[in-house]
Amino acid sequence: MTGLSTTPSLDRARLGFYRGLLRQMMLIRRFEEKAGEAYALGKIGGFCHLYIGQEAVAVGSIAALRDDDYIMCSYREHGHALARGVASRAVMAELLGKSTGCSAGKGGSMHLFDVSRGFLGGHAIVGAHIPLATGAAFAIKYRGTDQVSICYYGEAAVNNGAFHEALNMAALWKLPAIYLCENNRYGMGTALERASAIYDIAERACSYDMHAETVDGMDVLAVHEATERAVQRARSEKLPTLLEVRTYRFMGHSMSDPIHGHYRTREEVEEQKRLDPIPGLFHRLETDGLMSQHELSALDAEVVAEVEDAISFAEESPEPMEDQLYQDVYQ
Amino acid sequence: MPTLTYRDALNHALREEMERDPNVFLMGEEVGVYQGAYKVSRGLLETFGERRVVDTPITELGFAGVGVGAAMVGLRPVVEFMTFNFALLAMDQIVNSAAKMLYMSGGQVPIPIVFRGPGGAALQLGAQHSQAFESWFAHVPGLKVVAPATPADAKGLLKSAIRDDNPVVFLEGEMLYNTKGEVPEGEHIVPLGKADIKRAGSDVTIVCHSKTLSVVEKAAAELAEQHQISAEILDLRTIRPLDRDALVESVAKTNRCVVVEEGWPFCGVGAQVVDEIQREAFDHLDAPILRVTGADVPMPYNKHLERAAKPTVNLVIEAVRSVTYQS
Ligand SMILES: Cc1ncc(C[n+]2csc(CCOP(=O)(O)OP(=O)(O)O)c2C)c(N)n1
Ligand SMILES: [Mg+2]
Repeated sequence: MTGLSTTPSLDRARLGFYRGLLRQMMLIRRFEEKAGEAYALGKIGGFCHLYIGQEAVAVGSIAALRDDDYIMCSYREHGHALARGVASRAVMAELLGKSTGCSAGKGGSMHLFDVSRGFLGGHAIVGAHIPLATGAAFAIKYRGTDQVSICYYGEAAVNNGAFHEALNMAALWKLPAIYLCENNRYGMGTALERASAIYDIAERACSYDMHAETVDGMDVLAVHEATERAVQRARSEKLPTLLEVRTYRFMGHSMSDPIHGHYRTREEVEEQKRLDPIPGLFHRLETDGLMSQHELSALDAEVVAEVEDAISFAEESPEPMEDQLYQDVYQ
Repeated sequence: MPTLTYRDALNHALREEMERDPNVFLMGEEVGVYQGAYKVSRGLLETFGERRVVDTPITELGFAGVGVGAAMVGLRPVVEFMTFNFALLAMDQIVNSAAKMLYMSGGQVPIPIVFRGPGGAALQLGAQHSQAFESWFAHVPGLKVVAPATPADAKGLLKSAIRDDNPVVFLEGEMLYNTKGEVPEGEHIVPLGKADIKRAGSDVTIVCHSKTLSVVEKAAAELAEQHQISAEILDLRTIRPLDRDALVESVAKTNRCVVVEEGWPFCGVGAQVVDEIQREAFDHLDAPILRVTGADVPMPYNKHLERAAKPTVNLVIEAVRSVTYQS
C-alpha cells in the first residue's frame, strides 16, 4: 500500500487560514444537519445525499484551487458547493426546489451548478462526470491556459468504465486534471472489498502511468497539502493525478437509508466518528494555543445563524413560475 | 454549381467551420492519421494539426464525455462516431449529460456539440452494424436530430449544426457518402428544422429523409410514368425539431400521405409524423396515412433477406396506390 499522507505541524502565521477551513467544515456540518431535518419534514424531496463526516475532503482540496479552476462533482456535492463559495442561501433554496436556487430549482440536491465559480455541477450517474472533467481539462490544454480541472467521485465509481476511459485519455494526452476519489468505503451498501478486485484505489493509477497519492481524508490539512501537490503538477507539469482520499460517511447513503444496517455495524460507525475531522482540527488548534473553546462556540453560533438564514430564505423564496417548465430545454 | 460527393460536402463544411471558428475541433476514432474511417475528415489533420483533429482510443463513452465536458466550458466539439452503432456506448453522455445539462443547470450550461457519423444499414454488415437510430435520439428533449439526404443539404446542415448552441445528433447515410450532387458555391447554410420539397406533386405527399429519399424518388418517377400519380416528396432533413408547418402545408394540398423511413416501425419517426398530421391536418385527409419502414427484425446478413428488410421502391409504390385507392 502507498503510505498515507498526513500533516506536518501547525504554523502560527496561518491561523486565519486554519480558522477558515474550520469554519467551512462547521458550516457544511450544520447545513447538512438542517438539510436532513428539512428532508424529514418533507421540504426537500427526491434523493438527498449528506456529506457529514467527509467535510475535510471538499474543504481541504477546494482551498488548494484558484478561482478560475473547474470543479466537477457527483450527487454528494452540497459540501463542495459551499466550500467553493456558492451562497448557502442559493444551495438551500435549490434543495427546496425554489427559483432562487443555484440551478433555478430545476436541478435539485444532485444537480447544483454555479458556472460563475467554475462549479460545473453535481451529476447523478455514477462515474459519468469523470469524462466530463477530462473534457474540461482537455479544453484547458486546447486553450493553453494554466487552469486545473478537478473531479470528485466515490470509490464505487472506479469500477465503472467511464473512470477507466477518462483516466486513460487524461494520461495519454497529459491533461491538467485531478481525479479525487472520496473513498468512504461503501457504495450504498456494498463495501469496497465486495466490489473491487483490488482494495488500494491509488494503485489503479499505475494502469495509466499516472501519479497517485493516498491521503488521510479526516485530516483537512493533509488533504489540502496533497491537493496542492496535485494542483502544482497539473498547472506546471500539465500532468494528471489520482488522489485517493480515505474518508467515511457518518450518515446513511442517502436520507432514505439508515446509518448502519446489514452492511456496517453501529460499532464501526461509532469508531469512525472518533476521527471526526472537525474536532480533529479544533483540538490541534487548541493544543497549540491557537484557538479556545469559547472561540469555537462563537464560530458555531455564526454558522448556525448562517444556516438559519439560508433555510428561511429558501422557505420564503418563490417556487419557479410554471412557464419555467419549457424554459432552457434548448438554448 | 460544382458537383461534390456527400463525403466531400461534409468535409468542406468541417473545413470551413474550423477555419471560421478556432473553438471548433474534431474528435473521434481514426479521424486524423487514418483520414477518417469513411474519409470524411480527409486532409483535416494536415491543415489543422493534432490539437484540433484528435484521434481517440476506442472509448465511445469516454470521448463523448470529453466532448461534452469541453463544450461545458465553451469549446465547440464535433465528435465523430465511426458509426452510430457504437454510439450506444455513449448513450449516457448524449442523453444524460449533453441533452439535460442546460435544463438541470437552470440555463447556465449550454452544450454546443455535434455528434456525427454514419447511421443506418449499409450492405450485408449484419445485425450489429445496420440500424437507424433517428427515433432513439429524436425522443429526447434537448437534442436536435438531423439526417441529410443530399450533398448540398449535408454541407449546409452540418454548418448549421456546428453553429447551433445545442447538442445536435447528425446522422449521415453510410450508403450516401459516394453520391454526387450540386452544392452551391461559397457560404451555403441550410437552417435546422426546415423540411424541403424535393419534388412537387399534387396527389400524395411522401415523407422521407436521408437514404430513403433515393428510394422515394425512384418510386415517384414510376408512379408518374406508370400510374399517373403525381407525388410530392417532402424530405424532413431535420427530425427534431420537426417541420410541422411543411407537413401540414403539403398534406393540405395533396390530401394523402405515405411516410417512409429506414428505421424500425415501433415508435419510429413515421409514428410521430402520422400523429402530427392526424391532429393538425385531419380535415385535409382523404385516406389513412400509411407507413413504409424497415422490417421489425434485427438486420439479417443474407443478401435477399436484407433486401426484404429495407424499404423498397415497390413497397412505396404499393403504399401510395393504396392511399390513392388505386390498388
Ligand atoms: C450508473 C449508476 N448506477 C447506479 C446508480 C445508483 N447509485 C447511486 S449512488 C450509488 C453508490 C455510489 O457509491 P460511491 O461511488 O462510492 O459514492 P458515495 O455514494 O459513497 O459517495 C449507486 C449504486 C447510479 N446513480 N448510477
Ligand atoms: Mg463510497
